[in-house]
Amino acid sequence: MARAPKRWRTPSPHWLFLVPALALLTAILLVPLVNSVYRSVGRSDFTLEHYATLFTDGVTLKVLLRTATTAAMVTLIAFLLGYPYAYVMTRVGPRLRGILLVIVLIPFWTSVMARNFAWIVILQRNGPVHSFLKLFGLDVVLYGSVAGVTVAMSQVLLPFMVLPLFSALSGIDRRLLLAARGLGSHPLKAFWKVYWPLSRGGVVAGLILVFTLSLGFYVTPALLGTPKESLVAQLLGQRTTQLLDFAGAGALGFLVLVITLVLVAWANRFGGTISAIGVVAASRTKDRT
Amino acid sequence: MSVTTSHAAAPAPLPPRAGTRIRLANVTKDYGLAVPAVDDVSLTIEPGEFMTLLGPSGSGKTTTLNLIAGFETLTAGTISLNGADVSELPSHKRNLGMLFQNYALFPHMTVAQNVAYPLRERKLPKADITRKVAEVLDLVQLTGRDGHFPAQLSGGQQQRVALARAIVFGPKALLLDEPLGALDRNLRATLQLEIRRIHREVGSTFVFVTHDQEEAMNLSDRIALFNNGRIEQVGTPEALYQSPETLFTARFLGDSNVFELSRVAEGTGTWEDQTWPVDSRTVSPRVGAGGRSALVVRPEDVRLVAGDGVVPPGATSVPATIRDIEYMGAYRTAVLSLGRGNAVGRARLDATESKLGIGQPVLAWWLVERQRIVAA
Ligand SMILES: Nc1ncnc2c1ncn2[C@@H]1O[C@H](COP(=O)(O)OP(=O)(O)OP(=O)(O)O)[C@@H](O)[C@H]1O
Ligand SMILES: [Mg+2]
Repeated sequence: MARAPKRWRTPSPHWLFLVPALALLTAILLVPLVNSVYRSVGRSDFTLEHYATLFTDGVTLKVLLRTATTAAMVTLIAFLLGYPYAYVMTRVGPRLRGILLVIVLIPFWTSVMARNFAWIVILQRNGPVHSFLKLFGLDVVLYGSVAGVTVAMSQVLLPFMVLPLFSALSGIDRRLLLAARGLGSHPLKAFWKVYWPLSRGGVVAGLILVFTLSLGFYVTPALLGTPKESLVAQLLGQRTTQLLDFAGAGALGFLVLVITLVLVAWANRFGGTISAIGVVAASRTKDRT
Repeated sequence: MSVTTSHAAAPAPLPPRAGTRIRLANVTKDYGLAVPAVDDVSLTIEPGEFMTLLGPSGSGKTTTLNLIAGFETLTAGTISLNGADVSELPSHKRNLGMLFQNYALFPHMTVAQNVAYPLRERKLPKADITRKVAEVLDLVQLTGRDGHFPAQLSGGQQQRVALARAIVFGPKALLLDEPLGALDRNLRATLQLEIRRIHREVGSTFVFVTHDQEEAMNLSDRIALFNNGRIEQVGTPEALYQSPETLFTARFLGDSNVFELSRVAEGTGTWEDQTWPVDSRTVSPRVGAGGRSALVVRPEDVRLVAGDGVVPPGATSVPATIRDIEYMGAYRTAVLSLGRGNAVGRARLDATESKLGIGQPVLAWWLVERQRIVAA
């Protein structure tokens, strides 16, 4: 094969398969992106004033910070719920696993509007959650607050946490836990020293996915939150559709994009070696069975 | 009630030469299947002994080992280590070394970190850990590989690391579950020698699981032969090979010619229409009154003479036809059809018999003391 005639050496045209996708991405992503960045620097009369305004208008930074904390909360909740959930999925039979998967994917399959209106019903004043909290003397209405937005977003984003975690966890050879116990580790210690490090690739993937997706949420905060405590996506919407400030919106959008990319790059670097090990571990388990 | 002897850090250069006595008394493990995975097994493994659990797939070897290790709970019976009942003791307190078929190395740790793991768990001082890791890597001939990750090693090297990790903390007993199963023939032979050597050097009790009879014969002081969750026979490799008590044992270890006897009585046995002499010393104690029995004789004990030849007086003989001759490298084996032609047997040919040809009628004979009457 390797000594085949020269004409075999011309690169195989697999990349041609990418052309449709690349064309589409160029048309619907790259062109608008370049366009809005172009506007944000004042088209041909180059200026950074729109970027400067972001840091001086007293609103944008606050909203950015609020968005980041909300996203962090959502990520944390999704992780705390998702890790045990994914773990259980690796331990049950195929039937129950299928059911658990469906349960976590249901928010995916319901329309955005239906889902958010359902949350309104649940979270509103005198709704089930409010009544429940009142039993404990907590007169808190989650509807119209960042807390309510956080809860609803955690639900939608849970699959993005559970799926990469499940994939990572099911690649871990459980016999390693037996080995650790046989070598003198208490079962909890064995988990901490062996299972947890091997699951970190999936953890990093889930955290990045959920966090970056949280940054861009629009409908949920718009419907369940309040304009007084808006998040970045709402601010963007307001600047484009109400204020028609395309330059300012472009600058804000680009800033968020840069922040996200930096975050992903950073997390990827620190998760990279770990997920590589995860892949090795997974492929070695496959060899054995 | 501490059974685990060297749990407290007692830094010695190499583990002292004393193994654990492992005693299984009426041990049963029932998973709720048709038959228990391990069924009323009693076995005492002496300190420093190399005991092999041998048996076909699904016969309960791994389950037995896991019960000793504490990875599974007993349905009935007791397990004791050096006389102390450990039936309820969790595995991490039993202080046993364990070697798995799939190595079970931690993929996110280097060779040195893997080997150091049990020492860290026992909170040894750093300097001792470094020294012991170096010593044991030397013992398994892996010096200089400390910094490699398991995925960067060959199967044989990984198994050596696993072996090093299993013995580094000086366990008084080592449990090995088909540790060489995944390796090729040559590597197996090398590692078998190494395991023997390490057994001699560290002097702990080894419990070795395999379904490879040759491996069991090569390595073991004694073999416990498992069948359907029960122990069929326990003994030295010679005892099992020379004096099998059941047909299962005779068939599992080496090749056997088997003649199912219709009657054994008054110093004779009956096969087809032939009556053969039976020496009572060759009758297995398992042949009960009225039970079915079989005469077994090894191919190397069967001699052949041409149809008109003479057989020594007192030997058992049976007319046979040579169906085929198999070349085995060091020797040839004749495939025989025996008696009325329904039974197939084998005889290893010696120099004088090599003239015999396929299709030739012969007399197959053997000395009465070379045959065994076993329970069928
Ligand atoms: N966790 C389990 N749950 C249910 N049944 C089991 C379990 N482990 C083993 N068994 C059953 O117990 C029996 C003995 O299994 P075991 O693994 O001890 O066999 P083995 O002698 O080690 O076989 P092999 O040589 O194939 O490894 C088998 O019938 C097996 O199906
Ligand atoms: Mg097994």
